[in-house]
Amino acid sequence: MSLIRYQKPEINWGLSPLRRAFNLREDLDQVFDRLFQFPLDPTRDNQFMGGWTPALDLYEDKENLTVKAEIPGMKKEDIEVTLHENLLTISGERKEERKDKGGTCRTERFYGRFQRTFSLPTPVSADKITAAYQDGVLTVVLPKAEEARPKQIPVNVN
Amino acid sequence: MNAVMNPVQEQTACACADQPQTERAYVMPEVNIYETQEGYVLEADMPGVSKEGLEITLEGNELTLVGRRQPVKTAEGEPLYRESNRADFRRAFELDPAIDTTRISAAINQGVLVMTLPKAEQVKPRKITVS
Repeated sequence: MSLIRYQKPEINWGLSPLRRAFNLREDLDQVFDRLFQFPLDPTRDNQFMGGWTPALDLYEDKENLTVKAEIPGMKKEDIEVTLHENLLTISGERKEERKDKGGTCRTERFYGRFQRTFSLPTPVSADKITAAYQDGVLTVVLPKAEEARPKQIPVNVN
Repeated sequence: MNAVMNPVQEQTACACADQPQTERAYVMPEVNIYETQEGYVLEADMPGVSKEGLEITLEGNELTLVGRRQPVKTAEGEPLYRESNRADFRRAFELDPAIDTTRISAAINQGVLVMTLPKAEQVKPRKITVS
């Protein structure tokens, strides 16, 4: 006899076998999507261990680097953005606020701490960084350091 | 008689239903569903979706959630690295028949959709006083 943790069975007795097969396929698709989308990224592995690795986007234009992180359902005070040399770290904790502990039917959303760190491709002016949080997306705007901005050099004709 | 005596947890909850997806690809938002005395509460992660981008439809017993992301502003510049998915969110649920569909409410706050699906009065547990 093997000892495994008891898991509440999915409650979907009302569904036809065909529907259930579709659901299974959907669930499997999700696993494979995650596995193959970023196969070389070790930070993704902890998704399978129950961690949270929010998606990050990095944009660049002439003046700024812009970082976007998808971290829905956070409180402003639980988000932390730090810059150390050229390493930007976004971390935080999503807390469960539910008071009424009723029966749980599905738990897919993650609660707890997360952290992502990455190196910035260009130097930035640390004192001008701004961060905003809207619709569950954190946007950090990092103005490039003066020396990293493109400069126009006038050509003189003698 | 038996149906009334069944524990509440054993009733059909909001189970996920699949529908043929036509024009464009969608991603499934991650959801938590739990049951309270009053009914069910459904929370779905939809980062980047505002109130305007939400489309919730109820057809018969099937509840469909669609969340459209804000179009990306070109002001942000060239993408150097991207992990986020551009596709909109979509997921369908088959509702417990005990849910009073006329009183379903929804709110979105910082990318988390919270829906309250109250049960009809006659199926709520209630105490019978012995006289």
